[in-house]
Amino acid sequence: MLDPLVRLGRGVLDALERLGRGHLLLLAILLGLGEVLRRPRLLWEQLFNIGVLSLLIVGVSGLFVGMVLALQGYYVLSQFGAAESLGVMVAASLVRELGPVVTALLVAGRAGSALTAEIGLMKATEQLSGLEMMAVDPVRRILVPRFVGGVLAMPLLAAIFSAVGVLGGYFVGVGLLGVDEGAYWSQMQAKIDFDEDLVNGVIKSLAFGVVVTWIALFQGYDTVPTSEGVSRSTTRAVVHAALVVLGLDFVLTALMFGD
Amino acid sequence: MAKRHNVELTVGTFVALGLVALFFLAMQVSNLSLNTAGEGYLVQARFANVGSLKVRAPVTMAGVRIGRVESVRFDKQTYEAVVSMRIDAAIDSIPDDTFANIFTSGLLGEQYIALEPGGSPESLRDGDEIVNTQSALVLEQMIGQFLFKKAGESG
Repeated sequence: MLDPLVRLGRGVLDALERLGRGHLLLLAILLGLGEVLRRPRLLWEQLFNIGVLSLLIVGVSGLFVGMVLALQGYYVLSQFGAAESLGVMVAASLVRELGPVVTALLVAGRAGSALTAEIGLMKATEQLSGLEMMAVDPVRRILVPRFVGGVLAMPLLAAIFSAVGVLGGYFVGVGLLGVDEGAYWSQMQAKIDFDEDLVNGVIKSLAFGVVVTWIALFQGYDTVPTSEGVSRSTTRAVVHAALVVLGLDFVLTALMFGD
Repeated sequence: MAKRHNVELTVGTFVALGLVALFFLAMQVSNLSLNTAGEGYLVQARFANVGSLKVRAPVTMAGVRIGRVESVRFDKQTYEAVVSMRIDAAIDSIPDDTFANIFTSGLLGEQYIALEPGGSPESLRDGDEIVNTQSALVLEQMIGQFLFKKAGESG
């Protein structure tokens, strides 16, 4: 009779334990951040893996999101005779929301899953224990460069996403739909604030970078060392990262723009 | 060796690309290039009613933006709104009997301050106050007055 209660309790305790282990790992990573300065070569490799290899999907997504925004926005705005505001709408949605959020989701899928699988496999094949045997701290040697790489790559990728998106909106809005070119840029410049919009967008993507890489690294580091365990961790890394990014986005937006 | 070189090259390109994108957003998309905060001089004006005038609203002369609203506050002694505007430093020959009006761009657009130059040989300096002001037109008041007048005519 008490069986369901026991199972519920075990589930909650397991989740809490995992949460605790995750935070301990984050603490260990933060304490080991100095390692990046000592071995910058490891960071370049991770910037390549996370940043450069995500460039194509982020750029193409940005272009198409910007073009679709312009297309959809034009039909609504032109009904109110406000088609000149197209630039503001495209840029505001990209810089404030879509740039950071969609980039975080793409990076979670493209690079986060790869990180989890890589580290999970290192654990399953006992490479991590091997490092420990050689008195090399796997957190500092393996996790820290990946963490810093993810956190640094995210705002750069989000900026590329937004910039390409604004250009995509320009091609469709000005080139295809005939919005005035001067109005597209000048209204954008008049309404998009540097501190309010741009800096907040960068802060958002930094926060997403921390969350996405942290979750990916923890899921890999905490995996059950079997092929099934690694596959489940990889799935979980992407799902959890996506959910946390979306939830965190709401909180950050409420804090930054809701006055 | 060649592979190592390639990694460095592409990472460098990636970081440069990201920074260029940020720079593009800052200069081309946001108002950083129009930002004159800290430059120019402050001028104050008192209005009986500022309507929905916002901080950072444009201050124009002959339709050209020459500054921005820096702050809007309430004076509890005179029950007036005190608006301070920052005017571009280059525009240093505004007569001190200039008129300040609060207008609305379009029917439902945002409100801005339009300056109409007077004829005085003295020009405004930092910290001066514009004496001649005209309040914002509040739509409800105008409709009220219009209805009142119509009722008076028919009655």
